[in-house]
Amino acid sequence: MDLGLAVDDSHPPYTVLAVKGEVDVYTAPRLREKLVELVSQGKHQIIVDLEGVDFLDSTGLGVLVGGLKRLRSHDGDLGLVCTQQRILKVFEITGLTKVFAIHDSVEAAAAR
Amino acid sequence: METILELEIPASPEYIAIARLVVSSIASSRRNLPDDRIDDLKLAVSEACTNAIEAYGPTVDEDGSDGRVRILVQDDDEKLEVDVADNGPGFDPDDLPTHPPVTDPERLNFERGLGIPLIRTLVDDVQFVSTPGGTSVRMTVYGEPLELHPPEEFGPDETLTEG
Repeated sequence: MDLGLAVDDSHPPYTVLAVKGEVDVYTAPRLREKLVELVSQGKHQIIVDLEGVDFLDSTGLGVLVGGLKRLRSHDGDLGLVCTQQRILKVFEITGLTKVFAIHDSVEAAAAR
Repeated sequence: METILELEIPASPEYIAIARLVVSSIASSRRNLPDDRIDDLKLAVSEACTNAIEAYGPTVDEDGSDGRVRILVQDDDEKLEVDVADNGPGFDPDDLPTHPPVTDPERLNFERGLGIPLIRTLVDDVQFVSTPGGTSVRMTVYGEPLELHPPEEFGPDETLTEG
């Protein structure tokens, strides 16, 4: 099972990480590594685009929470793009809609 | 209750995607459930399998060859039940750490522990049975079975006539 992770720097100062596929306990470590890598490259304003994600579990949520914490410690931020109801539902159940800024599009997330 | 699936996977994360796909496919073919309820069950099964694998901790090899997660799917006229069982050391489901409220900055220190609250929300009923010999999670989804009609050409009234 492949997890697509595409980095797009065309919305400065934001770095967009487009995730594609299923994020679970098997694939989430790759997402974590990519976020750590981006932060270590000095990219502290990250937008994670979840529109290509078919499935997201609590491990994936944990990685995003960890990423947000890491970025906040660098005075940065991690915003999300998600319009899929089945993915949004996981954020709603866990109360994480109050932790993350969730946007309808990359453009909306980059217009902050 | 009729057993409709017995599945055993190695205690390794790479097999969870298969388990949740098989269980959700069977549930959607057997039960008259809307797609979002099937998605809920799929996620709950995935979370239970993740917990089962993590229950083994370092006692199994990375490829899960020493441990097994057993998945049993049964149904009857009113409900579908999915059991996920492991032989790990067990835990107390009523003694889970609680997270700070989401508005508390300390919340960001907790990356784990969301699986069981999710399971409790996603399915209609859940029972945890944890002993030193292993843990079993039974998840129940209520809803009608899907009526299966035989194709018309094979219907019981069909008679063969010549000419």
